[in-house]
Amino acid sequence: MSRKKSDEIYRKSFSYHFFRWLRDEEDPYIGKVEMSVKKPHLEEVETIRERMSEKQMMMDRIYDLSNNRMLLRFRQVYKVLAILFCVTLLGVLIVNVSYLPPIGDPDNPADNEVPTRYIEQGLQETGAINIVSGMILDYRAFDTFGESNVLFIATITVLILLRIDSTLKKKDPKKYERETNDRKFEPKNDLILQGGARVLTPVILIWGACVILNGHLSPGGGFSGGAIIGAGLILYLNAFGFVKTERFFVEKTYKYVSFTALTFYCLAKSYSFFTGANHLESHIPKGEPGAILSAGLILPLDICVGFVVACTMYTFYCMFRKGDF
Amino acid sequence: MVVIEWLRMIAGFSLILVSAAVFTIEVIGVFKMKFSLNRMHAAAMGDTLGLLSGLAGLMILCGFNYTTLKMLLVLIFLWCSSPVASHLIARMELETNEKLSEHAESVELSEIDPRSASGEEV
Repeated sequence: MSRKKSDEIYRKSFSYHFFRWLRDEEDPYIGKVEMSVKKPHLEEVETIRERMSEKQMMMDRIYDLSNNRMLLRFRQVYKVLAILFCVTLLGVLIVNVSYLPPIGDPDNPADNEVPTRYIEQGLQETGAINIVSGMILDYRAFDTFGESNVLFIATITVLILLRIDSTLKKKDPKKYERETNDRKFEPKNDLILQGGARVLTPVILIWGACVILNGHLSPGGGFSGGAIIGAGLILYLNAFGFVKTERFFVEKTYKYVSFTALTFYCLAKSYSFFTGANHLESHIPKGEPGAILSAGLILPLDICVGFVVACTMYTFYCMFRKGDF
Repeated sequence: MVVIEWLRMIAGFSLILVSAAVFTIEVIGVFKMKFSLNRMHAAAMGDTLGLLSGLAGLMILCGFNYTTLKMLLVLIFLWCSSPVASHLIARMELETNEKLSEHAESVELSEIDPRSASGEEV
């Protein structure tokens, strides 16, 4: 070693400590900086009581209404002003409502050529008796497609955030147990709930399917029918537990159903838009208005939207409840 | 015919008024009571009697058609579902409230139902 300084002097220099710190051989804080563990703040019961009673006395003196005239006045004025404020707000709103255009007036700003076209030629062009369905699934189907995708993306986000890590089962079984066991107060095997669910669930599911399938004929459609089916599934899950529902609905089911529905929607509507925009002949029959198999693509699209909505609702519930299917 | 029409109208409107009165009592009860089981007791009144009288009044006014049938279905389904929901809420309260004895007197199940004493799940 060709070192000019002697070893003793070198050990005192900065570079010695610095390189040792770089090589992770020395920590400048350990043993040098004293850090004492803080004692927990312990209080005698007597002093706590004293403190509480002092605080209570102070509050009593502050809010002593018989002596504190200011506070009494303030409270009275506060009540009067609150009532006055509410009444004024109510008056303003009611006066404004009276200036709204009357319903059904032909001079209303919303009554332009767009609704006229929908009302006059909607049945002819879409084949749907329910004009709203014809609007959202035919004229503005792209918008509805975006909405379905929003639901899908929301579910994916919830899955990312709330899903329990399944690798935890092997790595840390205790933590896994703690995370999955949030069902302390769950009404397990409640006979009354099971009886109610046994009666109500089939009716709810059939009703939801009916709302979806009649989307082009009567008020309803994919979104409302899907919500009804999702509610029925949640009721069934609450009554009979995850073991029964896992027979027909697991994460894979969600993936396949949502993906298939969205892809079918995208392809079908792309075909319809492509032929429409290029003035080509569309091979999708319109059918006779009023029949269950009519209105071209509206019925299948309604079914797709219904599947996506039902799966989304059920998945949300599962994720927020347990973090798993 | 006119007399029957009048009678129908009077019956329908009086039933609707009865239901409005029941709902008023229910709302007062719900906001006056402090303990949740008492509040549920008040709220159950509207779910059963208030709903029945209101829908019966509407059915009488509406006459015999599909809308009446739908109202009947509404009544049946609400009567099926609301007791179940009340039962679940009551059970939740029973299981989670630690100060239950301050509000209510609890009785062992075996005193009422001898089946539960033998370990059978009820």
